[in-house]
Amino acid sequence: MRLQVQGRAAYAYTGGKPFASDGPCVVFVHGALNDHSVWTLLARWYAHHGHRVLAVDQPGHGRSDGPALASVEALADWLLALLDAAGVQDAHLVGHSMGSLVALEAAARAPARAAGLVMVGTAYPMKVSDALLTTARDDPARAIAMVNAFSHSSLASKPSYPGPGAWLRGGSSALMHRIQSDAEGNLFEHDFRVCDAYAGGMEAAARVTCKAHLIVGSRDVMTPAKATKELAGTLNAAVSRIVSGHALMQEAPDAVLNAMRQAIPA
Amino acid sequence: MPGPSDPHFDTLALHAGAAPDPATGARATPIHLTTSFVFESSEHAASLFNMERAGHVYSRISNPTTAVFEERLAALEGGVGAIATASGQAALHLAIATIAGAGSHIVASAALYGGSHNLLSYTLSRFGIETTFVKPRDIDAWRAAIRPNTKLLFGETLGNPGLDVLDIPRVSAIAHDAGLPLLVDSTFTTPWLQQPFKLGADLVFHSATKFLSGHGTVVGGVLADSGRFDWERSGRFPELTAPYAGFHDMVFTEESTVGAFLLRARREGLRDFGACMSPHTAWLILQGLETLPLRMERHVANARKVVQFLASHPMVAQVGYPELEAHPDHALAKTLLPRGCGSVFSFDLRGARAQGVAFIEALQLFSHLANVGDCRSLVIHPASTTHFRMDDAALAVAGIGPGTIRLSIGLEDADDLIADLKAALKVAERAAA
Repeated sequence: MRLQVQGRAAYAYTGGKPFASDGPCVVFVHGALNDHSVWTLLARWYAHHGHRVLAVDQPGHGRSDGPALASVEALADWLLALLDAAGVQDAHLVGHSMGSLVALEAAARAPARAAGLVMVGTAYPMKVSDALLTTARDDPARAIAMVNAFSHSSLASKPSYPGPGAWLRGGSSALMHRIQSDAEGNLFEHDFRVCDAYAGGMEAAARVTCKAHLIVGSRDVMTPAKATKELAGTLNAAVSRIVSGHALMQEAPDAVLNAMRQAIPA
Repeated sequence: MPGPSDPHFDTLALHAGAAPDPATGARATPIHLTTSFVFESSEHAASLFNMERAGHVYSRISNPTTAVFEERLAALEGGVGAIATASGQAALHLAIATIAGAGSHIVASAALYGGSHNLLSYTLSRFGIETTFVKPRDIDAWRAAIRPNTKLLFGETLGNPGLDVLDIPRVSAIAHDAGLPLLVDSTFTTPWLQQPFKLGADLVFHSATKFLSGHGTVVGGVLADSGRFDWERSGRFPELTAPYAGFHDMVFTEESTVGAFLLRARREGLRDFGACMSPHTAWLILQGLETLPLRMERHVANARKVVQFLASHPMVAQVGYPELEAHPDHALAKTLLPRGCGSVFSFDLRGARAQGVAFIEALQLFSHLANVGDCRSLVIHPASTTHFRMDDAALAVAGIGPGTIRLSIGLEDADDLIADLKAALKVAERAAA
C-alpha cells in the first residue's frame, strides 16, 4: 500500500490483503536498517485474523522515500501522520528494536491513538557503543557483520523465516546490505545514532495510557532483557521472555506470535 | 575494530541448520521420513497454508531433514536460503522455470555439462525458451547476446570439458548492467573452492550428487539464492513483482525483500513440478557436507600430484588444468580459485581411440563410469562412451580428441593413483605399437 506521508511517498505492507476502510488495526515498525519484511508472517497472521495491518517501511528504508528522519521523535510524528494518511484513528503499535522506541514515542505523543503498545527486542536507553558507532561510520560492511552475529543466538533456529530452508543470518545480512545500498548516505550509522541519541524514553513511558507488552529474548545481547526493567515498571507492562536472540521474529516466529496474542488477541 | 562474526566455513559445514533434536536429544540430524506433519488445529493448518506461520506441511514442499541440508548449503554459499531438488538437472530447471517462460531467452556459456546443454538446446526450446550460447571467455559475446526478453545469464564455474574459468566478476557486471541475474553451476568447485556470490553471482546450483555428497551414493541437487539481486529494480521479472494468481495474488518481492525468488521457487516450483529431494537423500548429503572441507583439500592435493605426473609423461599430449601455465585461464584461476581448481579434468593421450580404450581398460583403481566427484577416483573416455557416435572431426568441434580422457581424482593415496596411471599408460603405449 502506497501512501503520501508528510509530502513523501511511503509504503506499508498490508499482510496479503487489501487494506479495509475500518476495523481494528495493527501497525508494525521495523528496526535499524530493516524494512517491513521482518514482520510478514505476523502481519499476514493478523491480517487474516480480523485486523487491518500496516507494516511500514520507515522513511529512507525499502520502498519509502527518504531522507531518513533524524530522531525517534520525528519518526513518531511520521508514524502518526501515516495513520492519518491511511485513515486510521487508533491502532496497536508494535515495534522491534529501534522501531519499538518509535512505537513508544508515538503512543506517548498521541495516547488516544494507541490501542496498545508492543515492544519487541527492546531496551531503554538503547545506547550503542562508541566502538560500534565508529565501525558503522568507517566500515559499514564490517559493522553489519558484527550486528548480524550479535543478533542471532543460534545456527539452527527452527522453523526458520520466512520458512524452512532459509538461512537466517544470510537473510538478515542481505537485507541490511540491500537497505544500506539503496539509501542516501550511511543509513546504518544514521539509524544507530538515532537509537543512541533517544533520551525521552522514560518520560514517554510515563505518558503512555494504553496497555503495554514487552517481548524480550533471553539470549538477546543487543538489547538484553535486563535492560527493560525500569521501562517495564513505568509502563506497567506485561513481559514475555522467549528463547531467542535479538532477531526475535526470525528466530522464534511462533513464540513471538503466541506472546503477541496475549497483547493483541485475534 | 575486531568483533564477532559468523562462524567459519568448517564450523558451518558441521553445525549450520542443525541442533540437537529437541524431541529426543539426538545429536545427529534425524531422518524425518514422513510425508506429512500433523496440524495442531484447523487454525494452525490454515495459517501454515497461508504463510502466516512457518512450518512443514507436506514433504514435497519442505521437510525438517531436507531443510537442514538447505540451510547448511545456503550458509556455506553465503546465501539467504536454498531449495533441495531431486537432481542437479532439477535444480537448473527450477532456477529457470521460476523466472522464465514461453518467449523468454537465456544467454549461456557454450562450455556446459552435456545434460545442461540438452535441457537448454532441445527441451526448453520446445517450451518456448530460447538460448544463445557464447564462448565463456568472449566477454563481449555475453553482452551482445542479451535481448529484451533475456531472463538470465548462465555458466559453469569451471566449464566442460576444458575447465574454462568463468570470469564471474565481469560476466555478473554485464548481467547486472542489463538488469539480469547471473546463475552459475558450481558443481565442480563447491563453496570450499569458490563462493560465487562473493564474486557477483546471484543464483548458484549444484549437482549435489558430486562433491557435496562425495560418496557416489545418491542423486540430488540444490539451488541457492544470494538475496542480492533486486528484482523490482530490474523491472524484468513480473513473476516476482506482480500479483501471482497461483498463490492468492501474492507479490513475492513484497513478502520477502531478499527471499522473493526462493519463495516462488518453493511455492510454485516444488508444488507444481514436484522435483523434491527425499529426506533420506538429504541426510546422506549432509554426511558428505560435514567433511567437505577435509575432502576438497585432499581432492585438490591429489589432483595436483596427478596433474604434475601426467603433464610430464611422454604418452600425454596435454593436460587441461587451469593451474598449469599453458591453460588459457591460468591467471584468472589464480585470482578466482586460489584454493585450487578441483579434481575433475581431462588430458589427451597421444594416439588414436584404440590407445584411449586400452588405457581405460588397464586401470585398476580408477572406476570406469559416468560420474564425477566421488571419493573414489573415476575415469571415462568420451570418444568411446558419451560421444561414441561422433567421428573425429565432430569430436574436435566439441573440444574432445580421440585420446581425451576425463579423470575425477578421489581420496586414495596419490602414489597409488599415479602407479595405476603409469601402468595403464604403459599398456596404451604398447597398444600404439
